Amino acid sequence: MPLKLYAEQSQVTACLIGEIDHHGAGRLREEIDEMLKRVRPEVLVLDFRDVTFMDSSGIGLVMGRYRLIREWDGAVEIHNPSPSIKKVMRLAGLDRIASIHSSPPKSGTNPEKTEARI
Amino acid sequence: MKVLNEMKLSFPSRSANEAFARTSLSAFAAALDPTIEELADMKTAVSEAVTNAIVHGYREGIGTIYIHAKILEKNRIVIRVRDTGCGIEDVKQAMEPLYTTGPAGERSGLGFAVMEAFMDKVTVRSRVGRGTSVTLEKTILSKGAE
Repeated sequence: MPLKLYAEQSQVTACLIGEIDHHGAGRLREEIDEMLKRVRPEVLVLDFRDVTFMDSSGIGLVMGRYRLIREWDGAVEIHNPSPSIKKVMRLAGLDRIASIHSSPPKSGTNPEKTEARI
Repeated sequence: MKVLNEMKLSFPSRSANEAFARTSLSAFAAALDPTIEELADMKTAVSEAVTNAIVHGYREGIGTIYIHAKILEKNRIVIRVRDTGCGIEDVKQAMEPLYTTGPAGERSGLGFAVMEAFMDKVTVRSRVGRGTSVTLEKTILSKGAE
C-alpha cells in the first residue's frame, strides 16, 4: 500500500492510500515510525482521504503510533475518514485518543453528487 | 432455508490473499444489491475472519483457508471462513474485545468485536489442533425482507 509522508515544522503528515489491512499495515507502520522517531513532531496527521477500505488492522496502526508519539507528549489527528472507516474507528473508541476531522468535499466537486449512493 | 446461490473458495494463508478474499466475497454478494455500507460491513467482517486464520490459525506456517458463502431466501447471506490450523483453546476469551495474543500494540484485539458489530450473527467453532470455523450471517435490508 502506497504512502505519502512529509514533515513540516512540528508536524508529520501521512497520507494513506488504498486499502489498509494486516497485509499492508506492517510496512506503513515501519515507514511512519522511522519518520516519527527522526522528527519527533508535536502532531502526527493521518490523512484517510484516499483510503478505500480499512479493517481492525488500521485500528492497531493508529493505536501503535499514538503509543509512540505519547513518549514525547505528541498528539495524533485523524483526517477525512469515509463513513465506513469512521464506523470501525468509533467501534474501537479511537475518538478517545485522537481527534477526528472531516473537511468539506474537495473544490470542484458537487457535494450532492459526492454524497449520492452509487 | 432454501439456498439460492453459493460459492466456495480455497487459497493459501498468505496475507496478500486478504484483499482477494474480501473482494471475491463482495462480487458474490453483489447479487443481493447491498448498500455501500452493507457491502463495507461484509468485506470488513470477512477481512477480520481471514486475518485471524492467517495470524492465529496458521501462525506456524502456510495452510489452506476455505470460504463457503451461501445466499439464502429473504436476502440472507451466510459466510463460513474455515481453517485447519491450531484451533482456539478458549473461544469465549478469544472473542472478548481487546484480547489479543499478537504483538503488543499492533494487533488491536478487535477482530471479533468488528465481526459482531457488522454482522447479525457470528458463530465460532474451534477444536485445538483441528482448526476453527467462523460463520458470519447477515440479512441485507436494501431490498426489504420478503
